[in-house]
Amino acid sequence: MSFLIRQTLIYAVPLMIVALAGIFSERSGIINLALEGIMIFGAFVGVLFVRIVQQAGWFNAAYQNGNWIALQGFVLLTMLVAAILGSLFSLLLAFAAINLKADQTIGGTALNMLAPALVLFLIRILVNQNTLQMETGGAAGWFMVKKSMLGYAKDQSMGFLGSTFLDKVYFATYFCLLVFLVLSVILYKTRFGLRMRSCGENPQAAASLGINVLKMRYTGVCISGALAGMGGYVYALTTANCSANGDVAGFGFLALAVMIFGNWKPLNVALGALLFGLFKCVAASFSTLDINGDGVFALAEAGISTHFYRLLPYLITLIVLAFTSKSSRAPKAEGIPYDKSTR
Amino acid sequence: MKEKLTSFWKKNGTRSVVASLLSILIGLLTGSLVILIMGLTTPSLGLKSAWEGIRLAFFGLFSTGRNAAGQLSFGFNPTSVGNMLFRATPVILTGLSVAMANKAGLFNIGAAGQYLAGTCATLFIALSIPSSAVSPALIWLLAFLGGMLAGALWGCVPGLLKALLNINEVIACIMTNWIAANVVTWLFDISNLKNVAESTKSGYIYKTTFNNVATSKLGLDKLFPGSQVNGGILVAIVLAVVVYIIMSRTTFGYELKACGANRHAARYAGIRDKRNIVLSMAIAGALAGAGGSLYYLAGNTEFFWNTYQSLPAAGFNGIAVALLAVNNPLGVIFTGCFMSMLNIAGLQIKNLTGYNEYITDVIIAVIVYLSAFSLIIKLWLGERKKKPTPAEAKTTEEKKEAQK
Repeated sequence: MSFLIRQTLIYAVPLMIVALAGIFSERSGIINLALEGIMIFGAFVGVLFVRIVQQAGWFNAAYQNGNWIALQGFVLLTMLVAAILGSLFSLLLAFAAINLKADQTIGGTALNMLAPALVLFLIRILVNQNTLQMETGGAAGWFMVKKSMLGYAKDQSMGFLGSTFLDKVYFATYFCLLVFLVLSVILYKTRFGLRMRSCGENPQAAASLGINVLKMRYTGVCISGALAGMGGYVYALTTANCSANGDVAGFGFLALAVMIFGNWKPLNVALGALLFGLFKCVAASFSTLDINGDGVFALAEAGISTHFYRLLPYLITLIVLAFTSKSSRAPKAEGIPYDKSTR
Repeated sequence: MKEKLTSFWKKNGTRSVVASLLSILIGLLTGSLVILIMGLTTPSLGLKSAWEGIRLAFFGLFSTGRNAAGQLSFGFNPTSVGNMLFRATPVILTGLSVAMANKAGLFNIGAAGQYLAGTCATLFIALSIPSSAVSPALIWLLAFLGGMLAGALWGCVPGLLKALLNINEVIACIMTNWIAANVVTWLFDISNLKNVAESTKSGYIYKTTFNNVATSKLGLDKLFPGSQVNGGILVAIVLAVVVYIIMSRTTFGYELKACGANRHAARYAGIRDKRNIVLSMAIAGALAGAGGSLYYLAGNTEFFWNTYQSLPAAGFNGIAVALLAVNNPLGVIFTGCFMSMLNIAGLQIKNLTGYNEYITDVIIAVIVYLSAFSLIIKLWLGERKKKPTPAEAKTTEEKKEAQK
């Protein structure tokens, strides 16, 4: 059970944070199809930064001494770098969509094509292979929090909660949850959030009240890029052993599905991400999944193909869309370039 | 003469062509810049290698390798030209697919999924009907039509969702893309078409030649010796012409374009908009399906079946092809060839220099990015010409009146 929860969280949290990235952009009025591309870019930047720092040897002493708190600081620093560069990358979309009034769908598609191409081009030149890995060691050795670090002995029990949430986990996961919480509150409970949302609903009305729509939309896309870049790195860290290969297996699109599934609202999105994370986790490991610990692999014996669990999130999104298309509330002005003169 | 030139310049079509050429040029220059930066910052590459990479990015199609002195040599390379035509086949068809939907006001980002659906149906038909009982030519035809049908059905899904429930076709297409990737993997996983005869390869489906089915070469291999080219490119060109005729010479095409221009106005004029949306997505799907079908019926291509984590690039390159051709079905033939030319250039870059083929994907992405605001480029091109003198303005006014 604790394995299932832990694994689900590992898949759900990047989904959650990237879906929130989508919310920020779309709530400000810009369709961000480029989430996948920004994630790919963020994952690459993060892994590259880890490599560079390892080459420079900044944290090698901390690693040798087992100073795991310093290493978590390293993770946070990397997440910050991935967020900043992801934000810069998303400026390409913001510039095309806001200043040049370009077609946002095509602009996003272009970024989705650019990111894997550029990343693979650079990875091939840098390491002469298709995957960029850490300079030394692996993600588990460097960045994973294990029970020995928290002062437990090898055979000592941590209890259900402890072994679920504190053993073999990544601190980055919890940090993302915190960011999700804080940013959701900002978007829904502050003046800034209200203003940003108004730009996605009726920018002309917002402008008439003295809100700078263009600036708000730039802010929305930049926050979106930062979150997606960070989410991309966290995904690479927790599921791909801190390596980048110009691919996040459609996670950005899945996040888009979560966003629509959650009707552009953070709480629903969080629940949707957990649900879809569960599917991902089940698809990845259902044959060895022992839910209640009685030695029976119930899911494997149910005889449902792993492929079915894999396609379920996309299918559910389509079905949900089909049933809720009447009540589905996308931001009204999303996708429409802001033009002062049209009221 | 001068008047002729100005009127030629003023034509919308001319400006579109110039805007596309400008996008291509900027795309290539951006690619060159990336090559240059990497060359200067990576010790193993250097300036000389960067210059070679840039020349290959522009003229890779005409590369004939290196001469005895180790310098790059250029000339007519029949193998490359033949391979270019071969690789152009699927992207011309996915480009047609995207262009067709675009004309009807729909952004078909689902060409990748429809391409996969077509591939899947084609391979199942081509490999399961025993060629000992049925003539291979008949199997080929069945497989090709089956691929188109599967693509059409898959394209119908977002079309129906759009027409009946008003669900955004972009979202529906993205979802159906990934559903297709998973379903195709699933179907091949439980099939007996996985290549087990050649044990060195894992994860691939049998080539269609395994069942003696392959697209006829039609003598093109004599023209371009050593290349993979086959009759598929001719099929693609014929389909492009057919789409052109449908769109510009038939009532149906006119109705589609009317729906694309303004769905509500079209309905007011008595055009059945819902039927047209579904039909245009079905045709778009059939075209993309035909792309996958022709590529894998070639007989020398193998399908990697465990594809649930990735979508075929041809689907997305189709978007670039269609945008660059400004959705003109005949233009798609040329832009499709241009895309595959870049592809060949990428291979040459990989083979001859320290760089790799992904640089051409960067160039394609930049071109798509630029075509997102091609309207601005067009406007800018129009403004750059000096404003018409009053007399000229009057004549154009009169012309407009006359046209009415």
